[in-house]
Amino acid sequence: MMDKLYNPMLMKEMKLRFRSFKSFSGLLFYLAVLCIFITGFVLIATDFKGHGYIEPTMSYGLFVLLSIVQMALVMFITPGVTAGAISSEREKQTLNILLTTTQSSAQLIIGKLLSSIAFIVLMLVAGLPIYSLVFLFGGVSPSQMITTFAFYFVTLVAIGSIGIFFSTITKKTIVAMIATYGAMIFLGAITAFLFFVSMIMTQSGVAPIVGGYLAYLFAAINPGALIITLTTPELTQVFQEMTGVTLPVWITYLAFYSTITVCCLTGAIKKLRTNMKTQR
Amino acid sequence: MIEITGLTKRYGDFYALNDLHLTLGDGVVFGFVGANGAGKSTTFSILATLLSPTSGDALINGKSVVREPAAVRKEIGYMPDFFGVYDQLKVDEYLDFYGASYNLKASERKKLIPELLALVNLTDKRYEYVDLLSRGMKQRLCLARALIHDPNVLILDEPASGLDPRARVEMRDIIHRLKDLGKTVLISSHILPELAEMCDEIGVIDNGTLIAHGNVAQIQAELQGDAHIFVELSYGLEEARAFFERNPLVSAMFVDHAAMQLQFSFSGTKVEQTELLREAMLADLAITSFTEQKKDLEDVFMAITKGADLA
Ligand SMILES: Nc1ncnc2c1ncn2[C@@H]1O[C@H](COP(=O)(O)OP(=O)(O)OP(=O)(O)O)[C@@H](O)[C@H]1O
Ligand SMILES: [Mg+2]
Repeated sequence: MMDKLYNPMLMKEMKLRFRSFKSFSGLLFYLAVLCIFITGFVLIATDFKGHGYIEPTMSYGLFVLLSIVQMALVMFITPGVTAGAISSEREKQTLNILLTTTQSSAQLIIGKLLSSIAFIVLMLVAGLPIYSLVFLFGGVSPSQMITTFAFYFVTLVAIGSIGIFFSTITKKTIVAMIATYGAMIFLGAITAFLFFVSMIMTQSGVAPIVGGYLAYLFAAINPGALIITLTTPELTQVFQEMTGVTLPVWITYLAFYSTITVCCLTGAIKKLRTNMKTQR
Repeated sequence: MIEITGLTKRYGDFYALNDLHLTLGDGVVFGFVGANGAGKSTTFSILATLLSPTSGDALINGKSVVREPAAVRKEIGYMPDFFGVYDQLKVDEYLDFYGASYNLKASERKKLIPELLALVNLTDKRYEYVDLLSRGMKQRLCLARALIHDPNVLILDEPASGLDPRARVEMRDIIHRLKDLGKTVLISSHILPELAEMCDEIGVIDNGTLIAHGNVAQIQAELQGDAHIFVELSYGLEEARAFFERNPLVSAMFVDHAAMQLQFSFSGTKVEQTELLREAMLADLAITSFTEQKKDLEDVFMAITKGADLA
């Protein structure tokens, strides 16, 4: 049984990853960013006096802020961790050898994905103590925290799959990296912009119904918007009235990102040994 | 057992490999020789299931590289012409990783690694980082890696390139040992004499076409072409020249007055050569020596590949 579950690629990747300085510095960067935001927030909340108190509503604000920052970091770091998965093997000329072993394409791709996920999860866990500062001030329930983390997980798996997909179909890591960050910009920024455009469409009465649906759709695939709807139920109410869609955003989000994950992974698995299939 | 039938690889209009037919029995060491771009690596990549042929097929121990590549991968150990290593891995971890990639059990791997390292003389490097090894050591390590799942067929693309003379000899010894273990070994190289020393059979490929196949002696005879003959005389150089030029099998006459020597190509058989010499003696030519200059394998290789460049 253990032998069945054992994925050599995963083991190798973990070894390589945790031995490299890059991973260490990535983790350091992540924790530093979290610290900077928390310190800044606490300083503002206490009027830079170094003493005083934080109201529970304030601390809830901190929670929302941190959740969004963390999501942004996940979107920023995951491409860097996964976009080199296959293409760096290709660049290092180790891929050929790998492809002649009896590992199936699926095993190789899944091993790569799992090792990337493991690293980012480690990062999230390492940030947990900092994140938990919000509990100190009250106002946040553990279940909210768990939900938020669950959605980080969904998001990072999807982004990781996008990265691995691009890494498989491109020759160079740098190209895969750019493509993956491009996808991040689309999911994070362009959808937000389009959301506002469609919102204006509804508000101005040009196309109230279609505009509402579009606004809902763009918000539902935007990780930032998801975090906001998850953490601030009041806003969700307003949002539902404006778009006219009552289906909770997180359901659409989950469906969309699961589909991305499945499509990208299937694509990557199909394309890994592409020379064997195409060019007939 | 390897059976290649009509293997063709085309890139656009360019045939990297054109209708290759080749059958190799078990335990044969086969040398594949050809100039740069002749199609050696293309052939080996197809056999290693890395590249699909445009047409044709190859059976390795009865498994088709086109239809059942996964089964073929169990049968072969492949060493590419260019390969890299992971930079944060030690030698034994490197072998362990590939062993695991062939689904070997941890206990088997533990047992195999020292054996393989001993085979390629890397025992004392077991706990060093792979990327710190010298090129020749990496090459030997890669060979050990290709052997880890005990494949019957080894496909080695230029295993000796970049090795010093001593390492070449060692590589040759390793290949002899593999042959003794009953493995079929395919080796490619640019250097015909080197292959001749370690191979039972040799195939010469040029511009994607197999132009000769056989044992070393056969290849030499097949590719030799015209004999190059030197005749030395004590006197009567012009007379001798006129005599030899009358023979239709003689061509490319060169007269060296200073050395009292004639050089020409002779396209006849050995018997015809004897006949020519006898007639020359009967014609009262003052011949002091009549020799055929032996072309070595290097010259043979140069001759074929030069022909290829012009084409
Ligand atoms: N992807 C490709 N697209 C177009 N042509 C290719 C491609 N790959 C290889 N070729 C061509 O196929 C021919 C055969 O290449 P191959 O690598 O098999 O040669 P080789 O005999 O191994 O040469 P060398 O001794 O230099 O290693 C070359 O002319 C090469 O340019
Ligand atoms: Mg080659």
